[in-house]
Amino acid sequence: MSQTTAWVVVISTSVACFSVKLLGYYIPEGWLAHPRLQRVNALVPISLLSALVVAEGLVVKTRLVIDHRLAGLGVALALLLAKAPFPVVVVGAAVTSAIVYHLH
Amino acid sequence: MARPLIRLGKNVNVTPAPRDTLRDALSVALTVGTYGVAFGAAGIAAGFSVLQTCLFSLLTFTGASQFAAVGVMAAGGGALSAVAAAAMIGTRNALYGLQMAPLVQVKGFRRFFAAHITIDESTAVALAQTPRGPHAMRSGFWLTGSGVFLFWNIFTLLGALGARALGNPASWGLDAAVPAAFLGLLWPRLTNNFLRVVAVSSMVFAMLVTPWLSAGVPIIASVLVAVAFGWRER
Repeated sequence: MSQTTAWVVVISTSVACFSVKLLGYYIPEGWLAHPRLQRVNALVPISLLSALVVAEGLVVKTRLVIDHRLAGLGVALALLLAKAPFPVVVVGAAVTSAIVYHLH
Repeated sequence: MARPLIRLGKNVNVTPAPRDTLRDALSVALTVGTYGVAFGAAGIAAGFSVLQTCLFSLLTFTGASQFAAVGVMAAGGGALSAVAAAAMIGTRNALYGLQMAPLVQVKGFRRFFAAHITIDESTAVALAQTPRGPHAMRSGFWLTGSGVFLFWNIFTLLGALGARALGNPASWGLDAAVPAAFLGLLWPRLTNNFLRVVAVSSMVFAMLVTPWLSAGVPIIASVLVAVAFGWRER
């Protein structure tokens, strides 16, 4: 990633996300009231976050890859099932992944 | 970032006093704020500078969207995919704004700040104060929003500086911390079986299309799964 790209992403993301927030304060309530829009909107974060788990944990460029990250994700899943708090989940995954990375 | 809010509901009816609102707001702000460490580290691992990572938290200030933008870039995706993913994850904030606008009723600069701190946490704490009346709801909104803003930015800086000091992200497991953070953000949203099916379907879909699309595009394409499942009433 070039520095120009990095700056474009930082600024555009901030402008886009702030505009979306501001929209809620300026548009009439009825505009977003369509039931289909509401249903899809409720599912969008779930689909995107799920795809991001795959893209970050199982993919290198455009290939599916099984490596040290999957071990970390497995531990994260186990910790979530055990109702561990968020920081424990993230650190547990990182430590596991680092150990597998160095054993390799 | 929505996680701790679910627990707030239990205490809502106990004592209708502003002190309880303050306690709710501060406990949420501090807990969620510390997650900023994970974002700070993710920003550095994706190749952003400490300044850029901190600007995300100051100016974008909506956790899942920030993670999405740096996540797409870390996956080798293009700028357009990164911004689109962040914006789409952030659309729920517009719906929160619709609910908060009649409550906070501010104009000018304060309205801009109110919009900026309209996120999962501030909205949830405000709504959880409903039994205590509109004054408590307003306090809950401002205190939680400002509190998360303060702590999220402090901890982003600490995470970014820490990650930069560590060096190679894989060596410290930072490359696994990012997908684990996404899983941790996803987990509390999966409150029923339908939502779990949507999540698993989205993951399978992303895996299937990965070899055929440019890096980062499968993330955006997964919105089609949300559209497919949300199209008809259940």
